[in-house]
Amino acid sequence: MPQIFPPNANAFVRWALIGGGLFVGLLAVALPIYARTVNNAVGVPVAQPVDFPHNLHTAQLGIDCRFCHTSVEVAASANVPATETCMGCHSQIRVGDPMLAGVAASWDSGLPLEWNRVHDMADYVYFDHSAHINNGVGCSTCHGRVDQMTEIWKEEPLTMGWCLECHRAPERFVRPRSEVFNMAYVPPADQLTLGAELVATYHIDSDALPQCSTCHR
Amino acid sequence: MRRAAPHHAAIPRSAIRLRFTGLLAIVLLLAGCGRNMVDQANLRPLESSQFFADGAGMRPPLEGTVSRREGAVDPVFLTGQDANGLVTELPVELTLELLQRGQERYDIFCAVCHGHTGAGDGMIVSRGFPAPTSFHDQRLLDASVGYYFGAMTNGFGRMYSYASRVPAEDRWAIAGYIKALQLSQNATLDDVPTDVRLELENSEGRVR
Repeated sequence: MPQIFPPNANAFVRWALIGGGLFVGLLAVALPIYARTVNNAVGVPVAQPVDFPHNLHTAQLGIDCRFCHTSVEVAASANVPATETCMGCHSQIRVGDPMLAGVAASWDSGLPLEWNRVHDMADYVYFDHSAHINNGVGCSTCHGRVDQMTEIWKEEPLTMGWCLECHRAPERFVRPRSEVFNMAYVPPADQLTLGAELVATYHIDSDALPQCSTCHR
Repeated sequence: MRRAAPHHAAIPRSAIRLRFTGLLAIVLLLAGCGRNMVDQANLRPLESSQFFADGAGMRPPLEGTVSRREGAVDPVFLTGQDANGLVTELPVELTLELLQRGQERYDIFCAVCHGHTGAGDGMIVSRGFPAPTSFHDQRLLDASVGYYFGAMTNGFGRMYSYASRVPAEDRWAIAGYIKALQLSQNATLDDVPTDVRLELENSEGRVR
């Protein structure tokens, strides 16, 4: 049988092994550093086609989150309201205000307002708002004090490590269901005791929560 | 001179095929790299799509679409009307849970204009929205639950329809709660059951 590999193949394999090893080592060091330091645009306001001040509409006017985000308790997605919801009030209030030009244009044309997404999860994450809301995870736990924001930004990094902080120890974060929409909620001093009780009451399966298939299908 | 042409031509076919296969494998593996799993070729709620002229990935239901969930439901439950017009009785069982649900939903969706007591003095009214009629106005005290359900479903005056935002079950709960609000806001101490009345009088005493 003729020789398949040329004589320099040995050197090639040697260097490939060394290079490959170095590369894997570099990844092992660099990826965790990257994952721990990247801030994922946390705290950076996201420009929107219409300046919507959450603080005015919620804290000052007293409108509940669910007035606009109607599907948050029953669906995976917490919907952004239809233009119709804006016009429910703005057909009468601040009519013709240039600040609302985008809303008026959308209402006239029938084309949806193109809001810029603030929390963009990877498509391989099957996040479900209703599952969190109905099990005592408050809006502000993940979204921060949206009721005080004039512009909207991401309060938390939404990395997998961040999700796991709660999925590995839900008792640290769950609150009574009645407090989920309370944006000013402050966890009590005995959070771990209360949290453990709530985890039991709500039948939160602590063993299943950190499993891959809970979020990745 | 080891790499002279005659020698080179002597490289066996199998070796060339092996090198080619290896190269192909590398190219195919590299093709797997990328962020296409992060943004997959499917549409999530509210995602935009160039496929449709309006750029929206979510499509409105076609005219005349019947919801699978609501299609099998009694039309009275969905319209608030029967052969005799607006219904005067709730088509669902009146329970404390229903009224509590109605209170919660009323406070979310209605109180902004109608006020928490139904007097038509909500926050949005103080910001310039024309005031709605008080639920304690005689005309509305006489109105049936079907009337309120219909107003929420179809809109009324300057109020848009809430049918797309509040499901029919909740609209009935709210209609029931509005009737309860009317009772409570126009009640006298004599309407309160005796055992609760004592409690009420005592708490009133404490406040004073």
